[in-house]
Amino acid sequence: MQSTDQTVQLSYQSDFEKFEQGLNGEKSTPRHALRRRAFSKFMEMGFPTSRHEEWRFTNIQPVTKTHFQPVPANQAVSISLADLESVMLKDVIRVVIVDGYFSSALSDLKDLPAGVVGESLAAALKQNRPEALIHLGAYTDSSENGFTALHAAFSLDGVFLFVPGHTIVEKPIQVIYSATKRNDPFVAYPRSLFIAGDAAQVKIVETYFGPGGQAYLTNAVSEVVLGTHAVVEHDRIQLEGENAFHVNTSSVYQQAGSAYRSNCITLGGLLVRNTLAARLDAEGIECRLNGLSIAHGNQLIDNHTLLDHIKPNCSSHQVYKAILDGKARGVFNGKIMVHKDAQKTDAKQTNKTLLLSDDAVIDTKPQLEIFADDVKCTHGATVGQLDAEHIFYLRARGLDESEARDMLTYAFAGEVVGSIGIPELREQIDLQIHSRLDRGRKGAV
Amino acid sequence: MSLLEIKNLRAEVNGNEILRGINLTVNLGEIHAIMGPNGSGKSTLAGVLAGRDAYTVTEGDVLYRGKDLFSLNPEERAREGLFLAFQYPVEIPGVNNSYFLKAALNAVRKYRGLEELDAMDFLKLIKSKLKLIEMDESFLNRPVNEGFSGGEKKRNEIFHMAVLDPVLSILDETDSGLDIDALRIVADGVNKLRSKENASIIVTHYQRLLNYIIPDVVHVLVDGRIVKSGTKDLAVELESRGYDWVKEETAQAV
Repeated sequence: MQSTDQTVQLSYQSDFEKFEQGLNGEKSTPRHALRRRAFSKFMEMGFPTSRHEEWRFTNIQPVTKTHFQPVPANQAVSISLADLESVMLKDVIRVVIVDGYFSSALSDLKDLPAGVVGESLAAALKQNRPEALIHLGAYTDSSENGFTALHAAFSLDGVFLFVPGHTIVEKPIQVIYSATKRNDPFVAYPRSLFIAGDAAQVKIVETYFGPGGQAYLTNAVSEVVLGTHAVVEHDRIQLEGENAFHVNTSSVYQQAGSAYRSNCITLGGLLVRNTLAARLDAEGIECRLNGLSIAHGNQLIDNHTLLDHIKPNCSSHQVYKAILDGKARGVFNGKIMVHKDAQKTDAKQTNKTLLLSDDAVIDTKPQLEIFADDVKCTHGATVGQLDAEHIFYLRARGLDESEARDMLTYAFAGEVVGSIGIPELREQIDLQIHSRLDRGRKGAV
Repeated sequence: MSLLEIKNLRAEVNGNEILRGINLTVNLGEIHAIMGPNGSGKSTLAGVLAGRDAYTVTEGDVLYRGKDLFSLNPEERAREGLFLAFQYPVEIPGVNNSYFLKAALNAVRKYRGLEELDAMDFLKLIKSKLKLIEMDESFLNRPVNEGFSGGEKKRNEIFHMAVLDPVLSILDETDSGLDIDALRIVADGVNKLRSKENASIIVTHYQRLLNYIIPDVVHVLVDGRIVKSGTKDLAVELESRGYDWVKEETAQAV
């Protein structure tokens, strides 16, 4: 296996050489120097293995033994809005990213309020937008692992959103990351930067979507910055194709009195790793992280979260749930770090898993590291099956067994879906959940 | 044809025989009370009739509306109009009470060849039934039984019964845990639902519910057999004298 991995690593090296040649004049810029550094870091580290503590439960060999080719810039976009209909929300400001590149043709930004910037990240960097230059990469360590290093080396585009201070964006902003059909396995490296200025308010929906059957990898990095008293709802719904791999690194940075709420719904993909880290770097911050994974067949969904309490008087509330059927595997690793200065921290973590089959497996690991002495930190994990008495109660009132199971399973998911503040998105997710529970029950992959 | 005919029913749990030959016939328009000491098999009988799978039927037949009851699964029994009011109604977090009830009612209606009710008609129906059981509308939008008091849970059972309009209702210890006001409300509800087109079996340890719901027949269940049947006066006698004299009478007879 080692030799296969090395062969793949060498393929990435020749990809990078070709990639550099395509960059022409950009090759001598400081930004490119960062890319080269990130790439040599990747060559040095390689991909993580189960020997790395952070990847202990997740065997990523299916990803590392395949050579995923980067998608060159400026390729003709092969999809239309009609292809995205099942995931497009109606009443939103829409951004579409295709195979990692911002598509002006498919995006619709006309309802952005005055002063709000929403554009291609590449364009924002080209124009030297100060907010982009200050924040980009400031919260995600590209040398964290092989995936973040590759991302830093290859990523060229994505979305840049800047909401100036005291601005409220009424309509949600939906970013659809769509993969296309291609002959060979490919990788998209979308990068997104969302900035909410002081007392700004915005709802961001990130939707990941791709064709069934296609083997591809989405290696995505998103950064969210909240100014003082900013309020951000950040919903992520992941509907990648059933042969897709998805590695997501999201970093959130919060300033005083800000409120961040993440609802991370993971339904698609064969092997999924979500890393979400929130840094609470001032007082009076509120952070809520909700997660729901639904997996069947041979899916593996790994959620790693980090709540980094740096300053006093902040609260974090975390509820992650998983519904696993077939031979699906789930991983939840929830780390809460309370620094020495972070007195009066109030952190609560809950992880609940519903196993619908005997072969489904969950690895759950709370990880609390507390260096302050006046804090309230709680965590709890439950793993269980549907309650036979509940099923009997519903059947005794006339529901058939599968209806009863669906209703109870859906009820388990409801707490997370219910915390999404966009009714249209809740409905879309409801439909997706019901169709996936159906598929899971019929034993389809 | 009788509504329910139980013939020589024997059933066991984990190899322990609980029901040892029950014979019982219930006709439309009748209310039967089944009384007995703890452990006599009352709840087992209710559970066997509703289709609880913890019990194994080893002998006997049950005909319900002319059909072999044991050939029907629990939901088919419910759709055929059999209703069990649970002794311990379960709390089901996340399942909205009225959403669940609408699904249940429409499953029953569909089976009976009736059109499914839309949201408006359903709301009209359940509001009228809420009044019957003096329940607040706020119960509709709460998860089924979650955070309900003991009395509220039992009222919710009778509310479900009122909405589903069953042919045969089995009330399993519905009076346990009820204060006197709740008991009267529950009994009033059952009495209002009583008609020539339906029947009830009331399983209880105490006679007090029978002060409000007057049964046509009272049966005494001891050690898995009905050892004595009589009128409502039998219930009063059991209340004052306890169950021991019946046990002794039975022992002498054997």
